Amino acid sequence: MQDLLSVENLKIHFPVHGGVFKRQIGAVRAVDDVSLTIAPGETLGLVGESGCGKSTLGKAIVRLYKPNGGRISFQGEDITHATQSKIRPLRREMQMIFQDPSESLNARHSVRSILEEPFLIHGIGTKDERKKWVAELLDRVGLPSSSADKYSFEFSGGQRQRIGIARAIALKPKLIVCDEPVSALDVSVQSQVLNLMLELQQEMGLAYLFIAHDLAVVKHISDRVAVMYLGKIVELADADSLYRNPRHAYTKALLSAIPVADPAAKKERILLEGDVPSPINPPRGSAFGHRMKHPLYEQTVDKDLPLTEIAPGHFVAADPCCLTAEDYALMS
Amino acid sequence: MSEILLEVKKLITAFDTDNGLLRAVDQVSFDVAKGKTLGIVGESGCGKSVTAMSIVKLLPQPAGRILEGEILFKGKDLVSTSPEDMRKIRGNEIGVIFQEPMTALNPCHRIGKQLSECFLLHKGMNKKEAWEASIEMLKLVRIPAPEQRIGDYPHQLSGGMRQRIVIALALACRPDLIIADEPTTALDVTVQAQILDLIKEQQQKLGTSMILITHDLGVIAETCDEVVVMYGGRVVERAPVLDIFHNPRHAYTKGLLASMPHMDTPRKTMLPVIPGMVASLQNFVHGCRFCQRMKREGSVLRERPIYKEISPLHWVEACPLCVEGL
Ligand SMILES: Nc1ncnc2c1ncn2[C@@H]1O[C@H](COP(=O)(O)OP(=O)(O)OP(=O)(O)O)[C@@H](O)[C@H]1O
Ligand SMILES: Nc1ncnc2c1ncn2[C@@H]1O[C@H](COP(=O)(O)OP(=O)(O)OP(=O)(O)O)[C@@H](O)[C@H]1O
Ligand code: SF4
Ligand SMILES: [Mg+2]
Ligand SMILES: [Mg+2]
Repeated sequence: MQDLLSVENLKIHFPVHGGVFKRQIGAVRAVDDVSLTIAPGETLGLVGESGCGKSTLGKAIVRLYKPNGGRISFQGEDITHATQSKIRPLRREMQMIFQDPSESLNARHSVRSILEEPFLIHGIGTKDERKKWVAELLDRVGLPSSSADKYSFEFSGGQRQRIGIARAIALKPKLIVCDEPVSALDVSVQSQVLNLMLELQQEMGLAYLFIAHDLAVVKHISDRVAVMYLGKIVELADADSLYRNPRHAYTKALLSAIPVADPAAKKERILLEGDVPSPINPPRGSAFGHRMKHPLYEQTVDKDLPLTEIAPGHFVAADPCCLTAEDYALMS
Repeated sequence: MSEILLEVKKLITAFDTDNGLLRAVDQVSFDVAKGKTLGIVGESGCGKSVTAMSIVKLLPQPAGRILEGEILFKGKDLVSTSPEDMRKIRGNEIGVIFQEPMTALNPCHRIGKQLSECFLLHKGMNKKEAWEASIEMLKLVRIPAPEQRIGDYPHQLSGGMRQRIVIALALACRPDLIIADEPTTALDVTVQAQILDLIKEQQQKLGTSMILITHDLGVIAETCDEVVVMYGGRVVERAPVLDIFHNPRHAYTKGLLASMPHMDTPRKTMLPVIPGMVASLQNFVHGCRFCQRMKREGSVLRERPIYKEISPLHWVEACPLCVEGL
């Protein structure tokens, strides 16, 4: 099947200014050489350390940022450098749901006008039709139809996130980049929203890039999962395979840190020592190896650590610091 | 019994809206002991944040107000405390971590300026000392390259970094009580574990108490001593953390625990949900709001169930339909 989305060697850098003249003195390498694909109707989960570049990658895919390198294709079309006028029709097909709903919902607008906006921008429907669609959307995300005439500040954080989802699905897109769509929701509403997202996926053949920190949620909704560390994907595999048999040391640490909903449970956590590396001056070799002060770090300096298939469909960075000796031997 | 730091008694908080007065918090009572952590969980919109905002008197104005009840902090009633005194208490004696970091940070000021303010205002430091203390705080909350980050504006930071800035702001003045509203939801689990350890460390060192609002039941299980479960503006169950997880009694608490995805839940299957949806606050009933959701009728909607201690320290507000053996 043809990929719906394909990202190759994507780079997103933000300039860092400093000194007396506020000249550019460096760059935040937020996304550094990332490649991935998403098939129609597929969910790719994306997890990783806070600040590793997940949101930036998501925003770059829906072209809210201009790439500094690499290629993004959507439905076979290269959109890396598409101009604003070419991007506009794409917005119908690609939507984004944000982490902090207050960032994306205008507090001065009623829910009705927030939900009507996508239709108005694309000039779809009559006034009555739009009214009907707004009611349907609210119903679809489990909000009473009386919500339409309220303002977003009148809702709780969780209710606002449902409004965000309603707006994202309004135009029946093909891909939704979901940046922590359920982090603000309590688990009972979260399960409703996840069920809703699964249903919508089946009904509309939607694909998701699903960014989240709750690893149980990511596992539940994803077909495949990518793990990011400091701007790079370090492991990518089938969800079951990744959780059952993680290969990369960071993935292992991540899985071990999942809090367990049982106060009586005793658990072994892999503590991450060392400082979280900064994307401003990233280490020249393996970022995780550098943090762990790994004896093999020197071997990785200025080397490519490409994602390599270690088992069918299971890719991991060929990084001697982060793999067991057996796994690393499998790669060479 | 350990010393009580905060006592909330029959708190009622309401909003003036076009549709009349909405009771977002309806007779909520709980207390927090010195050095202990109380967790609050409950459905989106059930009044957790409004409860927190009532305690520090930061309700959205002019719509929100406290109608009834007492909030005793170190024995002093905060409900009647003047705005100036409240300003001194906030950030100094009570540190607040808000749910949406962007609303707590000023987008026009560098984070260094926002952090220093606390040290300048409450700790009598000069500018240079405050700046250095701020860098120290950024290090504590694991922000990489703090010397460079301190000059950033909030929009230049990732979601999790912003949240850690807000945490740093709350911890900076070493308060007696930390009110943390979803403090770690934007953090990955490894950083989350470090931040929770950091807060616990400060609690142990200084005897700080905490109210932790989160929907992450794993975090609740690992962090809290006691848990309050809210539904529809009310406390429906309150118990020591082990009891909540191992012996939940209210139908809502049971439903909440059941709807969580587990690592061994089959992928892409429908998760269990609590049927119905929470009734709008406009359809206020005196009786049980959960029965209202279950579309039950009759006296359960007219009379409010009694809030009872069904076993030592385990309180439930429910009628027999929900809790066997009551
Ligand atoms: N400014 C306001 N005006 C009117 N109603 C409000 C206002 N702020 C909050 N509410 C209402 O008060 C109720 C409680 O909201 P609150 O933010 O406390 O919920 P919450 O339990 O924190 O939910 P969440 O888990 O989603 O954050 C909600 O039903 C909300 O609609
Ligand atoms: N507009 C911007 N200007 C400058 N730097 C930015 C900007 N947006 C993000 N960054 C930087 O890029 C890096 C990646 O940020 P991003 O928001 O993508 O992280 P994230 O993985 O989504 O983290 P989180 O899990 O905390 O949300 C961070 O170092 C951040 O400070
Ligand atoms: S049966 Fe009783 S406790 Fe249960 S929901 Fe109804 S009134 Fe509440
Ligand atoms: Mg993010
Ligand atoms: Mg809240």
